[in-house]
Amino acid sequence: MSRSGRIAIVLGMLAVVVFLVVFTAMSFVGSEPPTVNLTAGHVPGRPVHLVLQTDGAVGVGPHPTWVGYQAKDPATGAWVQTGLWQVPAHTKLDVTIYQFDSGSALRNQNWGRVTGVSATLNTAPFGLIDSNKVPVGHTFSIPALGISVPLKGVNTSLKNFCTAGPCNPATQAHNTITFSITTPGPGSYHWQCFIPCGLGFLYGNGGPMQTEGFMGGFLEVMA
Amino acid sequence: MSEQTGPGGTPATQERPFRLMIPLWVVLSAAGDLIFWFVAGPHVPPGGMSNVARGAQFDFNVLFVVALPVVLAVWVYMGYAIVMWRASRPGAPEPVGGPAARGNFKVQVAWIATTTVVVLGMFVFGTVELIVPAGAGGGEGPNPIWTPASKNILPIQVIAQQWKFTYRYPTFGGMETDRLVVPDHTTIAFHVTSLDVIHSFWAYQIGVKADANPGIDNVAFATTRQLGTFTVRCSELCGIWHGAMYTYGKVVSKSQFEKWAISTERQLAPNTKDLPPFAYTYTPSANGATGGYYTPHVDPYSKVEHYGATPQHPKVTQPAAATVTTATG
Repeated sequence: MSRSGRIAIVLGMLAVVVFLVVFTAMSFVGSEPPTVNLTAGHVPGRPVHLVLQTDGAVGVGPHPTWVGYQAKDPATGAWVQTGLWQVPAHTKLDVTIYQFDSGSALRNQNWGRVTGVSATLNTAPFGLIDSNKVPVGHTFSIPALGISVPLKGVNTSLKNFCTAGPCNPATQAHNTITFSITTPGPGSYHWQCFIPCGLGFLYGNGGPMQTEGFMGGFLEVMA
Repeated sequence: MSEQTGPGGTPATQERPFRLMIPLWVVLSAAGDLIFWFVAGPHVPPGGMSNVARGAQFDFNVLFVVALPVVLAVWVYMGYAIVMWRASRPGAPEPVGGPAARGNFKVQVAWIATTTVVVLGMFVFGTVELIVPAGAGGGEGPNPIWTPASKNILPIQVIAQQWKFTYRYPTFGGMETDRLVVPDHTTIAFHVTSLDVIHSFWAYQIGVKADANPGIDNVAFATTRQLGTFTVRCSELCGIWHGAMYTYGKVVSKSQFEKWAISTERQLAPNTKDLPPFAYTYTPSANGATGGYYTPHVDPYSKVEHYGATPQHPKVTQPAAATVTTATG
């Protein structure tokens, strides 16, 4: 083979390698969980409604057995497995959480307290759950806003206990937790579950607890 | 050659470079140190919100004042050499070897003696500054060697977990809260521990920084000196939301603190009774998903089949609905 031919082959292979590296890097950098958008069509002064569910196993995506939150897309009515929720600023945000997962005693009973909001559990107001008597599955907490709400666990022995999400509130066992907040100014507000619920990981803190979109994410408050 | 020549083409015996360099260095050092000490010094972090913060600020300022003349000595000498001994300067000589390039005994002795005094002085100074303020705000482990002279020490337990700090006040019924409020002009013993991985409690403006390790009671002392707000951050990379693990604490007057503590103790009483007795450390279970820190840890449902762990405590058969209580706060 001629010298120019060998050079062309080397350059061609180099171009392929560079393309693959760049493509892989850009795919990784550009990848992000979907966002549930509550700002589209929002009428100023009117509240918005964020509907969530917690599943012992999300049932979708690359980790279907992981515990996680799912959010209802108001545009389609479909459940979306994501931790990114866009909401309008300075607006009343009504939150409904369907807790389908089971629970246990808390590692830190302090997370059994409702802080920062007035919440209801199955329509009854509540401020505290003694997890030594009633299992708590998760919390919904936004530390920067001082908000934390414990989510009472569901009895796994119930016949209609949901084993894989997205679960159906109409037919499957759940607890309904509601509360309202007024969204702050624009910004990203980190939310998370404070109960180490990563089943199968050391101290429950791995996997879904360490991956955005399962037990943590951001409330994206838009201007 | 019978006559040695020095840099600059002048005979070595006639050149006196230090006659210019030393006065210049003295003036610059004195001016720089005075300006720094009186203008910048009072604003050097972490400020003066506690005795250890003030100590840290004082230490930074002293180190700067000591280091600046050393830096300037190098810079002045280098500047002189660049200007006066540059090769392009008219009349600049070729570099010379022989006796002129050999060591200067007096200079060597002076250099070694000076640097030794500076380094050993800093060692003694640093040691004193660590011991006198009882650990200088750093964690001393469960058995502190250096303790404050004050007999009225307020203990506050700092509990770190992914990704938040909570605080227990053992002298106020063992209440646990996510607000860190401390009284002014009070010596505080921070008992820092963790419920999961390694964290680090860093109360920036009050100069306290102590590792939070699971199963370890790491004690750090500080005496508050100023009212205000301080930042609390985790300074140990501890997981995905490590960057969100920050909050703010407050130094308030003693009367305000008493009022806050008593009302908070009362407000949190329903929760406090469900907490375990105050302990300096809490031992995690093998599987955090089952609970396991605070005894009694029971799951009235089916922990075994769900988590695959063996319950270590008797199950509670109390009806679930009756145990949900409503609290005012």
